[in-house]
Amino acid sequence: MSSLWEYANPKKFMQTSAWMLPGVSIAAGVCLIVGLVWGFFFTPDDFRQGSTVKIIYLHVPSALMAINAWLMMLVASLIWIVRRHHVSALAARAAAPVGLVMTLIALLTGAIWGQPMWGTYWAWDPRLTSFLILFLFYLGYIALWAAIDNPDTAADLTGVLCLVGSIFALLSRYAVNFWNQGLHQGASLSLDKEENISNVFFFPLLICILGFVLLFVALVLLRTRTEIRSRRLKALLARERLGA
Amino acid sequence: MIALLLRDLRLAIRSGGGFGLGLAFFLILTVLVPFGVGPESQVLGRIAPGILWVGALLACLLSLDRIFALDYEDGSLDLLATAPLPLEGMTAVKALAHWLTTGLPLTLVAPLLGVLLSLPAPGYQWLLITLAVGTPALSFIGAFGAALTVGLKRGGLLLSLLVLPLYVPTLIFGAETLRRGIEGQATTTPLLLLAGITLGAIAILPFAAAAAIRINIR
Repeated sequence: MSSLWEYANPKKFMQTSAWMLPGVSIAAGVCLIVGLVWGFFFTPDDFRQGSTVKIIYLHVPSALMAINAWLMMLVASLIWIVRRHHVSALAARAAAPVGLVMTLIALLTGAIWGQPMWGTYWAWDPRLTSFLILFLFYLGYIALWAAIDNPDTAADLTGVLCLVGSIFALLSRYAVNFWNQGLHQGASLSLDKEENISNVFFFPLLICILGFVLLFVALVLLRTRTEIRSRRLKALLARERLGA
Repeated sequence: MIALLLRDLRLAIRSGGGFGLGLAFFLILTVLVPFGVGPESQVLGRIAPGILWVGALLACLLSLDRIFALDYEDGSLDLLATAPLPLEGMTAVKALAHWLTTGLPLTLVAPLLGVLLSLPAPGYQWLLITLAVGTPALSFIGAFGAALTVGLKRGGLLLSLLVLPLYVPTLIFGAETLRRGIEGQATTTPLLLLAGITLGAIAILPFAAAAAIRINIR
């Protein structure tokens, strides 16, 4: 009976991720190409928004992944703090820049979409503001990783920061709701609602979301592998220096 | 604990600068704002609540790295860590000392600076109340940030990058209560939320800060 914890062994993780990575990457590429081409060229224009509605295929998936990347970092940090598996800490480290870029994509596509629709690139709307705050959290997290030399200390401290940061990020999310009324529409997608967006837009969007999820998994796997390799290289160099 | 508190207070007051620096910064900030936005008292009165809160927050930020850094450098942090007093209590006392030397004076001086920014008359009591309720949260959150970066050579800039996003909810509720107080609206909800953040920070963050210090000095 194999369990999740087997992958705490870097060797096992490297083996499994080596054969997973090409498959996931190709699947991500296919989903993104199909979803985006379908979305951009084979869906009708919205009757009020015109063709600008098509930016939804980038905006919604990236926003979704920006939040889920932080969630994944939170889980990985918890696993590191509780069970001290190095792979977990490295995965959290690997996910942070990907999440940062996802947040940036969501903010930028939102700005591009907002200009024709709301007449402004930026408004201090609760959703926009909480994404900007999330962006700052990512920056701080990455900066703290980069600032500490000892990898275990860095993993511990960023783990603690991730836990406390999550609480405050959540708090900020609801605080900004309190602070200003929104311009942004409510959730377009939800599981328990009868009326989602029209099916014409829904299916390509779903494929794009799947593509972004797979892309995120592929990037995190790749970056974690890189981290493990660079960790091994460092150990090897240190051993050689001692031996010589 | 009391001995440690007194020691920290004495150090903060005597060791030149640290104590008054935050206040001076707060003063300069409020003097600079009218130069930037013009002297019309209507404009100033409108933005005064926000400016005063942001100013207090930044002044608080200035002295954060002194909470643990000096003790870390001369080794007294190691002594404190091995002392019978639990590390959680130590961080809480240090945060309290920081509040007594920055947050409290800032709160007391703020109404005077409110005059400079022509804060509307009903604002003064609310300014005192919100700052008194909110600044302890700033000190405790800041102590956590300082504990995270205590081992770093040039942690000051990183400290502000880490701490400022954590200050967002406190700032929102503090400034919102003050604004509502001035406009005569109901202030109970944001004030209670602000108090909740402060109490939550006092209850939880000493543990997180102690964990960070343990990691840093092992």
